[in-house]
Amino acid sequence: MTEVLAQCAGVTRRFGHFTAVDGVDLQVCRGEVVGLLGANGAGKTTVIRMLLGLLHATAGQVWLFGEPPSRRTRQRLGYVPQGLGLYDDLTPGENLGFSAAVFGQRGASGRGGRTRKAGRAGRDGHGGLPEPLRRFGQTVVGSLPLGVQRATAFAEALDHRPDLLILDEPSSGVDPLGRARLWETVAEAAGRGAGVLVTTHYLDEAGECDRLLIMAAGRVVAAGTAAEITAGGEVTVVESGSWADAFGALEAAGLPAALVGRTLRVPGAHPDQVRGALGGLQATVRAAPATLEESFFQLTLAGDNPGGAR
Amino acid sequence: MTGHDEGPGQLSPAADPAGGWWGTETVTVRYGDTLALDQVSFRAEPGRVAVVVGGDGSGRTTLLRCLAGALAPASGLVRRPEAARIGYLPAGSGIYPDLSVAENLAFRAAAYRVPAAQARARGEEFLARAGLAGVTGRLAGRLSGGMRQKLGVIAALLHRPGLLVLDEPTTGVDPVSRADLWWLIARAAADGAAVVLATSYLDEAERAWHVLALDAGRVLAWGTPEQIAASMPGTLRVSDQRPAGEAARRSWRRQRRWRVWDPGPAAGESAPGVAVPAEEPVQPDLQDGVTVAELARELAGERRL
Repeated sequence: MTEVLAQCAGVTRRFGHFTAVDGVDLQVCRGEVVGLLGANGAGKTTVIRMLLGLLHATAGQVWLFGEPPSRRTRQRLGYVPQGLGLYDDLTPGENLGFSAAVFGQRGASGRGGRTRKAGRAGRDGHGGLPEPLRRFGQTVVGSLPLGVQRATAFAEALDHRPDLLILDEPSSGVDPLGRARLWETVAEAAGRGAGVLVTTHYLDEAGECDRLLIMAAGRVVAAGTAAEITAGGEVTVVESGSWADAFGALEAAGLPAALVGRTLRVPGAHPDQVRGALGGLQATVRAAPATLEESFFQLTLAGDNPGGAR
Repeated sequence: MTGHDEGPGQLSPAADPAGGWWGTETVTVRYGDTLALDQVSFRAEPGRVAVVVGGDGSGRTTLLRCLAGALAPASGLVRRPEAARIGYLPAGSGIYPDLSVAENLAFRAAAYRVPAAQARARGEEFLARAGLAGVTGRLAGRLSGGMRQKLGVIAALLHRPGLLVLDEPTTGVDPVSRADLWWLIARAAADGAAVVLATSYLDEAERAWHVLALDAGRVLAWGTPEQIAASMPGTLRVSDQRPAGEAARRSWRRQRRWRVWDPGPAAGESAPGVAVPAEEPVQPDLQDGVTVAELARELAGERRL
């Protein structure tokens, strides 16, 4: 059986009267990339903070590598936070060296379990920097382009060959090729046997994950592959020479439409309903499979507000 | 106007877009020795959304500043309406953190001489549609990132601008707020504005009428998403594995598989090590078109990390 690296079972976290995470089940196994999706406030960051051992669950259980999160389990984790978590006044090599020293010391003093070697950063002349980063070796991180900073944060998180990699919004502000390269790094880590848990606001990137979990209002509202989550979902597509008039007519009928290029996409409405709303307007109206973003949107709205009203 | 190298570049404010569009013609901007924009031409048409896409340092913000009239180019022509008919959201949201949501809109309405009743009606409609109706008394500085961006866009389109210029309105915004933002953007275009929007995300560019892809101040690609996809040189294949050897440099990961680009025509596999049995040809889309343009530049040594 596949080794489960991280697991939440019925995990709930309350802050006073506010329930941030409500009965969440989650598993990350060796070699898989799991995407955690949700709007702001859905509870993603709280789940991550519990896995990192920074917060305790109010109810339910969190396991990392078969034990409760602790300093020792932290050594087997690589974490890239949204803000990248680098020291601006140190060079990329110094950042890596510093983190390697921290992990190395903790590894040496760890009781039982696996003994971790100091990261590669501590051992070779380039401070363990991946080749593309070496020419930035003399510049402090704060003065480097965002893409280089991000590559440094990834190099740092991967330097001690973590068993579990946690990435919080890893790709914001990256150009398309840079983003593809970043996902290559993630896939390589998974290929070596690491488990990866990644959050993203960009549903296009969710397609890079093996499995997805969608959270809304603290709960998991959908889980599965992207294909499983979108299966059966439909939207109505409107093509019209005067899209602006169609947009206005749909809005007036309470059927808000999304503009995509020169077409309108109407979620949660049957083509007949849409034809009715358009009245005599010249337009082609047809049903089409929902995208992951559209499915996500419907799930999130339903999860946030089970009564249906916005 | 700012103090940056203001050269002989021209601005042509006008009431209506000449020839039906606003935009730039061969605009060049320098910051000291750095070429921020290198002969960039693009157009934004009334009632349509144009997306400027590129990563950090691509020149997106500089281009939008030129268009909004905040920066004069060293050379080239900027075609834009008079200042009163431009709505501009600078990067990082152009709102006043110490004013409430309602005060921000009232201030904007006064600055653009929008009649108070009209501004209030329009403001209330958009605030309600964007989920901000319950926070009109809150200080703008205390809004969440997504709410702040929505307020910034509403403030920028309150006076029914002919040209709406939005610098990264959706960056870091969650998908639900992003959908609200796109509704506001569509509404502005439906009302007849030419909308120019900068983003680092190609899935947003797929929603545009016209797309301009920038890299290090130069035009990587320009056209409708379909045109950019169709103009991709060479051939594209998908593979379950990363190809070995030299072809690895011409490949990238997408949707859990590998795209492999061959700059040559479709016929025959000439180079050794290129042919992998599991590869199959694929029709490029916008993302492929832009990625290949970046890759070609990288392979030519004109682009790094």
